[in-house]
Amino acid sequence: MKYYTYFPGCSSSDGGAKAYGSSALAVAKALDVELVELEDWNCCGSTPYTSVDELASRCTSVRNLALAEKRGLDLVTPCSSCYVILSRTNSYLKEYPELRVKVDEALAAGDLEYHGTVRVRHLLDILVNDVGLDEIASRVKRDLSGLKVAPYYGCQVVRPGPSFDHPESPQSLDRLIESLGAEATPFPLKARCCGGSLIIPEEDVALGLTNKLLDSAVGGGAECIITVCPLCQTNLDVYQGKVNKKFKTHYDIPVLFFTQLVGLAMGMGIKELGIEKGIVSADKVLSRYM
Amino acid sequence: MQRSKTLVEEICAIPGGEGIRDCIQCGTCSASCPNAGSMDHTPRMLIAMARADMREEVLSSNAMWFCASCYLCTVRCPRSIKPTDLMHALECLAVRQCLTSERTRTPTMYRSFSDFVYSIGSVPEVGFMTWFYLLSNPLRAFKMAPLALSLITHGRMSIKARRLKPEAERQLRAILDKAEVLGGMS
Repeated sequence: MKYYTYFPGCSSSDGGAKAYGSSALAVAKALDVELVELEDWNCCGSTPYTSVDELASRCTSVRNLALAEKRGLDLVTPCSSCYVILSRTNSYLKEYPELRVKVDEALAAGDLEYHGTVRVRHLLDILVNDVGLDEIASRVKRDLSGLKVAPYYGCQVVRPGPSFDHPESPQSLDRLIESLGAEATPFPLKARCCGGSLIIPEEDVALGLTNKLLDSAVGGGAECIITVCPLCQTNLDVYQGKVNKKFKTHYDIPVLFFTQLVGLAMGMGIKELGIEKGIVSADKVLSRYM
Repeated sequence: MQRSKTLVEEICAIPGGEGIRDCIQCGTCSASCPNAGSMDHTPRMLIAMARADMREEVLSSNAMWFCASCYLCTVRCPRSIKPTDLMHALECLAVRQCLTSERTRTPTMYRSFSDFVYSIGSVPEVGFMTWFYLLSNPLRAFKMAPLALSLITHGRMSIKARRLKPEAERQLRAILDKAEVLGGMS
């Protein structure tokens, strides 16, 4: 058994990516990974908040780290945005002593202190590097051979780093797909941006980026895409219809969370993994494996 | 805010902004940026303008608000400047000096998002989106109706916001109020 403190983030706990959170917990349990949710966690600090009020955002972030430090375990999140914010807060505190002084003072107002010892990890890192691909391969119960999967990393799981994978040409998700018995397709834009939260205020800009990604994934022969981030999944899946409308394209490619693919390979059901919550239906692609 | 400071000095006082002095104007950031085409000034240009102390032009630019924080410029910058963090620093200064661009809705979106973090410590998607559309353009909300409907039918929209325990909410508020008293980073 491996033990971690778990930080779901707003989207994967009870937001639009609820199925990411529930499939993550189901898969972790089946792999003997214990994820204990951080009690009374708050927003990770978020990129939007960083851009409006740097100090307040870092303090929001550090409250989570301070609470996690009491448990003494690595802090794991399935969300790439939470991952980048929490881990950068850690490195910022080390890099900028003047920030550290202010953060400490603010934390003290809430009777908390943080000593900088928490390691922030992404769930993909845990599965690939702690559990290990051989172990995962040994747990595969459903034959997914022939399933063509585009590994979409997006940005913040590998950048700015230092991360567990290459910042521009990562491999871990590709190898995970192969270890599940499916086929990782060539995907030149696999670590490029989906537009992130700009989909809300600047929809046209983000749809343009998402269109390029879908084109790259489909061009590589993929039947489905897997993602490691709630925001990436939203842009590629929920907004796929808008991309089709705007660019007169005909994409019909389901976008799964990587934990859902792992769960499928381990024999779990579509409902159990929340796959039916995808806006683009995965039924056609997955029916031959059910 | 001390007006006697140059813009570069103010940027340098924000963590992540200090790299601006090291820029060699090679343009790797602009070439790597997926959204440079939507910006009124490219990141390289914005840095040059900031160093020329063109305060109003820089802080009222829409450029930093198109940064999607993909960090591609940051991993490629030959001078290790962290242009992404520099963009965040410029956004903070623009907010503080009330110079945010009118030519993008991103500052309003960020503001609505931050309001939720400050008040309840988490960001319920429904509440935050509603707040954003009210603050920006209520009519656009109608255009979003089909998308919202499909999210509801797929069980992906919860109306109820996740709330922290009252004592946890109070603790976060105490920390954030103290941060405000400490007055940001410069």
